[in-house]
Amino acid sequence: MNDARNDAMNDATNEALAATWSPGRGLGAWLREVRHTEIGKRFVVTAFLFFAAGGVEAILMRLQLSKPNNGMVGPDLYNRLFTTHGSTMMFLFAVPVMQGVGTFIVPLMIGARNLAFPRLSAYSYYVYVVGGLLLYVGFAFRAGPDAGWFAYTPLSGPGFSPGKRMDVWAQMITFTELSALATAVNLVVTIFKHRAPGMSITRMPLTVWAFLVVAFMIIFAMPAVVIASSCLALDRLVGSHFFNHAEGGDHLLWQHMFWFFAHPEVYIIFLPGLGMISAMLPAFTRRRVVGYDVVVLATVTTGFVAFGVWVHHMFAVGLPQLGDSYFTASSLIITIPTGLQIFCWLATLWRAPLRFATPLLFVLGFFVTFVVGGLTGVMLASVPLDLQVHDTMFVVAHLHYVLIGGAVFPLLGAVYYWFPKATGRLLNERAGKVSFWLTLVGFNATFFPLHLLGLHGMPRRMYTYLPGSGWHHLNLFATASAGVLALGILLTFINVIVSHARGLRAQANPWDAESLEWAVPSPPPPYNFAEIPIVGGRAPLWEEPSSRGVVTGLASDRREVLVTTLLDAAPDHRTILAGPSIWPLFAAAVTGVGFIVSMFTPWGLPIAVALGTPVMVGWFWPKGRPTPLHAEQPGSKAA
Amino acid sequence: MKMPVAAVALLAASALGSGCKHESRDLRPTEAVSKAGGGVVLSTLFAGGVPGAIAGTLQANQENAYAMNEGKRLFDAYNCSGCHAHGGGGIGPALMDAKWIYGSAPQNVYATIVEGRPNGMPSFRGKLPDFQVAQLVAYVRSMSGLAGGLWAPGRNDSMQVKPGENTVTMQSPVRAEGAPPP
Amino acid sequence: MIPGSGYALAPAGPQAARLAQVFWGFFAVCVVVYVVVVALLLLGVLRPGAAPLDEAGRLRLVALGGVLTAVALVALLVISIRGGHELNPMRGAKDVLTVHVIGRQWWWELRYPGTAPDQQVVTANELHIPVGRPVLLELESRDVIHSFWVPELHGKRDLVPGHDSTTYLQADRPGVFRGQCAEFCGAQHAQMGILVIAEPESDFQAWLAAERRPAPPVSGLTPDAQRGRELFLRGTCVMCHRVAGTPAGATMGPDLTHLASRRTLAAGSLPNVHEHLRRWVTDAQTVKPGSHMPPTPLGTEDQHSLLAFLEALR
Repeated sequence: MNDARNDAMNDATNEALAATWSPGRGLGAWLREVRHTEIGKRFVVTAFLFFAAGGVEAILMRLQLSKPNNGMVGPDLYNRLFTTHGSTMMFLFAVPVMQGVGTFIVPLMIGARNLAFPRLSAYSYYVYVVGGLLLYVGFAFRAGPDAGWFAYTPLSGPGFSPGKRMDVWAQMITFTELSALATAVNLVVTIFKHRAPGMSITRMPLTVWAFLVVAFMIIFAMPAVVIASSCLALDRLVGSHFFNHAEGGDHLLWQHMFWFFAHPEVYIIFLPGLGMISAMLPAFTRRRVVGYDVVVLATVTTGFVAFGVWVHHMFAVGLPQLGDSYFTASSLIITIPTGLQIFCWLATLWRAPLRFATPLLFVLGFFVTFVVGGLTGVMLASVPLDLQVHDTMFVVAHLHYVLIGGAVFPLLGAVYYWFPKATGRLLNERAGKVSFWLTLVGFNATFFPLHLLGLHGMPRRMYTYLPGSGWHHLNLFATASAGVLALGILLTFINVIVSHARGLRAQANPWDAESLEWAVPSPPPPYNFAEIPIVGGRAPLWEEPSSRGVVTGLASDRREVLVTTLLDAAPDHRTILAGPSIWPLFAAAVTGVGFIVSMFTPWGLPIAVALGTPVMVGWFWPKGRPTPLHAEQPGSKAA
Repeated sequence: MKMPVAAVALLAASALGSGCKHESRDLRPTEAVSKAGGGVVLSTLFAGGVPGAIAGTLQANQENAYAMNEGKRLFDAYNCSGCHAHGGGGIGPALMDAKWIYGSAPQNVYATIVEGRPNGMPSFRGKLPDFQVAQLVAYVRSMSGLAGGLWAPGRNDSMQVKPGENTVTMQSPVRAEGAPPP
Repeated sequence: MIPGSGYALAPAGPQAARLAQVFWGFFAVCVVVYVVVVALLLLGVLRPGAAPLDEAGRLRLVALGGVLTAVALVALLVISIRGGHELNPMRGAKDVLTVHVIGRQWWWELRYPGTAPDQQVVTANELHIPVGRPVLLELESRDVIHSFWVPELHGKRDLVPGHDSTTYLQADRPGVFRGQCAEFCGAQHAQMGILVIAEPESDFQAWLAAERRPAPPVSGLTPDAQRGRELFLRGTCVMCHRVAGTPAGATMGPDLTHLASRRTLAAGSLPNVHEHLRRWVTDAQTVKPGSHMPPTPLGTEDQHSLLAFLEALR
């Protein structure tokens, strides 16, 4: 077949694919969007807006704490600020941004055209937005929650949190957890069944493994907090006694249910960061990650063990010592798989020909920062040590070291790494490097002193402190350094905004990386891959191009994709994916109405069912008999 | 990109609003005390009705969640429950029913607390700051559903003797037989 | 001298000393680990280009790292369990002093039961203990979860409603030690401090004896203080506070019988001096907004008299 005819056929196919997979124009098309690339970008952008809001809250808190007996922010506003800061960062930024990155990158990395359930991914985004708006509209109306992001009863219960503040919190939880569950289910099915042929489960990128484990963790952990927050909402709204010890309930029940979710939650936030590091290292070290099997097993082990450590948040409660000792052991053991991953990465970096671009700098920043947090975590695992530093600024330092060092640094690196793929433009390298150094120095200068403050007796969640406490100077230093950290983050934000409009254009593979997402143009066309590749190894783009085949026989006049087997990714059957649809938006609206009304009256749930039934009928209405399929079966041909 | 911008605009618009009066918490209340000093008060009549200084406080507290919750706390702390139980009455009349001997309007309940009433209701004049009386007034009225509604307190963290005030249906107040007009 | 904070690594008792040892053990191991990791990172990153080990060699090094990690963790586990074992060895001791600590929003009620009901001492926010004797604290919360924490004496213990708990303290030297509520408990969690005053046994017994005495009788007060006593009993104070030896017997707020002998006011927020006492009594909400102490406006003369009475409550 001569090249000209080949090219013409390819162009014709591409045009047909573009026509089938494009979403159309206008506001209606925007609301009906189901492409994973677009939804992933929306998740990430929205999450970073919430990150900025949470950052503003943090700056206000730090300003209030910069001197003793400061009158800038009173106790009620401060309590609302730290509750909103924690809730925003944990529920509205950290998990959704990982949802967004996963939504964007996983289908591209496995050679798929979209997620397995496109409309579910749109629903996941809309429901998240409703939850976030609920929290912030509540905050604006002085109904923002004020009993901490962890909402211990009885303080968060009906007796001590009057009004609707904690009901806003409980329902915000429900929205964000629904969103996460929807994304998790989508990711599991996509990763298991929509991989390109030949990408057996042991050839899957490490990043995809990380998202797979995280998705399973979400499925097991989120229901616990939905149940807990529903029990709290019931106690507050209708007077049930889940957390009323005088009538057979128990305040420790809240703590167990909440922490059973919340500890895996921090690993849900942290493991995708580790996946991103595995994604970025090969491009900048020119080597595949050492110890693929070790990293996979470590990720899976971490996912399991994360569910067995939650009581280390409750060491001060006075549970039996034998139980506490078990949780000390498990909290120490969980260090081992993460440590092994770090050693594998160190082995990958060891004396490699490094290219010190911004993503690599953030990876190196991860090492020096996260390890501090991991080590203070080891300290906190010990019951006697924890009894001194629990609920002090020492823990605040620890959690920020592991979350910012372990998740945000890789995330920022990933932003610099995948921005070209998502937008077709490169971020400014010089601004990136300056931003990295400001962020690294600012972060460490802000949070390291907090370790000392904790040891010197400063508890968490204090809106002010006395002049005689001796805490003034460290607090002032931390506040000043927080300004530097904010500047670093702001510089990345500005870099994104300016480069989006005026950055250097990026080709398909600006970093010469090895995974499949770099095989498509930047930004990807609506159908991602013109031809689904056949994968022969763990680094598809670094293998000989001639050994890569492609899939043929998929229709280009309908949204047809190839479903493969779970372990070996052998072709199994074809299926039609859903196209643009308004039903996810309506479903999210109904969910919103239902849960928000149920803050005020139990009738909210029947109302949600009544409104939701026609929406579900519309969503699942059969699309009619498909037009006859092609005679060929899906197969492969050499490129 | 449009959705986040819309969200920010909505947030900004609502932030310009005055905030929600049901959720506001006045942590630095006014100082007025219901006329300290001894002496016997012979009349419950005030020229012009409720003293001007507290009329606004009374009204502001009627729909405020924090105020009613504080009223609930004070009801037990000041031992109102010693005579009125948790609304069912005992030595004193029931407070959760529809019968109001001296009237159910906020200023009536205020007068009851501050002036005292015949046959056993002590006068708390000079013993309670006005803002606390206002909180108690709001709570007492919420016991029969007259105040608060959605914002009334929930169940408390003790043995269940009655459902929370936020689940009580409103009862139209009636005058008790033989009672003077409100 | 009133300390403003406590330092967990300056222990004054056996429990805190044991906890500090555990800390230093962990700190040493963690510093070594961090230095090794950063050194490996720098060595690997800053010296590119040597002939790399093969994959098997690297995996052996990773395995070695894993084994070393596990060994370090086992060591830490041993340090931790030994450090936490029998942290309260005084369970069988004979001379244990028992104190009931009742956490309330946002102050600490302290009751020394004594041997008979008439020997009971009730005070607030200032825990006196004898040096060298084990003290058993029976912890209970009246409202939300609080946490009792005096860093220089012991780790913290939560006060959970429905789960009364106990902890032990012992001070091995005399001194004043600052504690702080360490579980977020509402608007004024930040100003719920406690002072622990460890004194020689004889001083402690003298203090207990003084605490058992009621307030001075009317005849023992100056005319100004007598006028203040009248104001106390006729005004709002009597609704919440108890002063033994007067008709005031309410238990909603702290017991004031020996207010003037305490070093601080408002759960450690203000030193107990005339000007602060005046400010606290007349306008507590500017010191601790949201606390349950209402503002009490008084004319200058009334303030003078009331304070004269309160300062007589030694």
